[in-house]
Amino acid sequence: MYRYSEFDDAFVRARVAEFRDQVNRRINGSLTEEEFKPLRLKNGLYLQLHAYMLRVAIPYGTLDSRQMHQLAHIAEVWDKGYGHFTTRQNIQFNWPKLADVPDMLEALADVSMHAIQTSGNCIRNVTADHFAGAADDEIEDPRPTAELLRQWSTDHPEFQYLPRKFKIAVSGSPNDRAVTRAHDIGIRAVRGKGDETGYEILVGGGLGRTPMIGKVIRSFLPKDDLLPYMEAILRVYNLSGRRDNKYKARIKILVHETGLDELKDQIETEFTARRRVFPGVNQRLLESLNAHFAPPEFVDAESSEYELRRTRDPLFRTWCDTNLNRHRDPNLAIVTISLKPVAGTPGDATADQMRTIADLAKSFAHDEIRVSHEQNIILPHVPKAFLPRIHDRLKRSGLATANIGLISDIIACPGMDYCALATARSIPIAQEISQRFDELRLERKIGPLKIKISGCINACGHHHVGHIGILGLDRAGVENYQITLGGDATETAAIGKRPGPGFSAEELIPALERLLDAYLTIRLSGNETFLQCYRRLGDQPFKTALYPDSARKAA
Amino acid sequence: MNRIVRDDGFHPDDLEHGEFLTLERLEAGVEAPVLLQLEPDADPSDLPRHFAWISGIRIHFPNFTDGRGFSLAARLRQLGYGGRLGAFGHLIADQYSQARRSGFDEVVINELMAARQPESQWLAKSGWRQRSYQAHILRSA
Repeated sequence: MYRYSEFDDAFVRARVAEFRDQVNRRINGSLTEEEFKPLRLKNGLYLQLHAYMLRVAIPYGTLDSRQMHQLAHIAEVWDKGYGHFTTRQNIQFNWPKLADVPDMLEALADVSMHAIQTSGNCIRNVTADHFAGAADDEIEDPRPTAELLRQWSTDHPEFQYLPRKFKIAVSGSPNDRAVTRAHDIGIRAVRGKGDETGYEILVGGGLGRTPMIGKVIRSFLPKDDLLPYMEAILRVYNLSGRRDNKYKARIKILVHETGLDELKDQIETEFTARRRVFPGVNQRLLESLNAHFAPPEFVDAESSEYELRRTRDPLFRTWCDTNLNRHRDPNLAIVTISLKPVAGTPGDATADQMRTIADLAKSFAHDEIRVSHEQNIILPHVPKAFLPRIHDRLKRSGLATANIGLISDIIACPGMDYCALATARSIPIAQEISQRFDELRLERKIGPLKIKISGCINACGHHHVGHIGILGLDRAGVENYQITLGGDATETAAIGKRPGPGFSAEELIPALERLLDAYLTIRLSGNETFLQCYRRLGDQPFKTALYPDSARKAA
Repeated sequence: MNRIVRDDGFHPDDLEHGEFLTLERLEAGVEAPVLLQLEPDADPSDLPRHFAWISGIRIHFPNFTDGRGFSLAARLRQLGYGGRLGAFGHLIADQYSQARRSGFDEVVINELMAARQPESQWLAKSGWRQRSYQAHILRSA
């Protein structure tokens, strides 16, 4: 885990003081509302449908038990006793009062946390693979790179007033769990011709109303060159990105309109100049950062208790089968704690649940916790011997749902229930889906399936990259849900395609039932996933299932 | 009357009556060193050959949310411009540190802004050298 230096600590505390002053200067009229807005956004404070919302950064999704305890404390003292973990690996508090926010930020600073650049037209909180440092397929741990980028991007003087928000994701594995292809910049660790690692740089990915898959702009960037190269991309974007239309202001539009080759030339020219001023500094720095993320010392623990429980307790076995991932050390497992109970709100956790998770991490899991972009919590380093005890404890807290990667493990944006931009509800739709397929007892039979729901065109629920994506729109005052099929968020990223017209809220669940019934009928075997089946057959059979009336008419 | 804001506070604008030329006018040729005004979309790549003919540059910020001027200033410094560099237009005190760290020497504000955000609010940002992550990275490497 990264430990704050004196510099970091002084920085976040100065920032709290500055924001306190900005709130006062808004109240006394020194700052207009228009001027205050980007300042509060840069400190994580949004104005939502019903109230302010504070979005707290969890850099690259990593935190420890002390920090999780503090989040629980903040939820209880200044909010309604819960928080919402987001697709950006952050946590949002939905009910703070403006006057309390500086105190909340102070409480965060006490545990080396902040809400800096979680919103606004700047480089946002950097995200990374939630299995970093634990996965068995890793080329390198992406967190030192992500931490370097956090430091570099924090209050970078040139890039605080960009044309639009800017998101960077880092992956250290060939298997992309960080959705790097749907970010403004995606960074993937790759091996060079020798054995040295460097980065593949993707640019111009993004979801929203114009979804695009990121394009490779550098297939191998030496590690030393990372920061000057980032500065070059950002500078070209800051100077040339469109500022006349906020829907065309992301870098993906600049890539699209300028052309990748032309843009690459501009970036390379800037990079050559930038590198002279910002020379090879980060190799040494990365080495010192690497030390912060050194793996904990794993001890060979007796795991017979785990094996025994597996054979005796079917609930435990089911949970293990869905919620565990392979750790690079065979004595350990990566545990995903589902925040998607049947009919619950995806990503919500109560203060008590946060404390339970924190205590488990502290007692049994090397004091490390991750937040995934899929809105679940990860314990990355769990000795297998402790799994039975962890499962028992999770059950008591309503955290033992065994559904990771299945139909009820849904990503959903806050939608109409909270968000000022939303055009439809998304949380209730997620709840209905999980409830319905639980009643049908079909979840396990259907197998791996990613449903992602957005309540408006801005696509915070990542619907474009869901195997089944659901987009809620407003059609003349009535909610209408469009379905997309075949999206993929991994290294084989794809944008889902719309098979036909949308459905009303009432028609949606029956339509999904027809769709999945069709899948169960036409798949080659239980091993062919929904996505594989879709890729093999195209959308025709699924169209027929979704729109039986028009299929009959055509026949 | 405009004010120039520097690390030690407000000053009268000594260039208030100076004539600022556009980039096109400068490139057409001048007889003696001149003042130059740049719009945020200016391309400065050919500017180095004119540096000897420039006694000062001001970059326009049409709106405080338009951050192009910060990158333009940084680019001018990268090209080797060492002369006087100011930002003018709509900037707020909260941007003073970013302006200084991007390479500006000073920020020029109008009377209304100077009244709404008085000198003390700008002086509060004069410690811009401390707490720069970018400088911290260079130091620790």
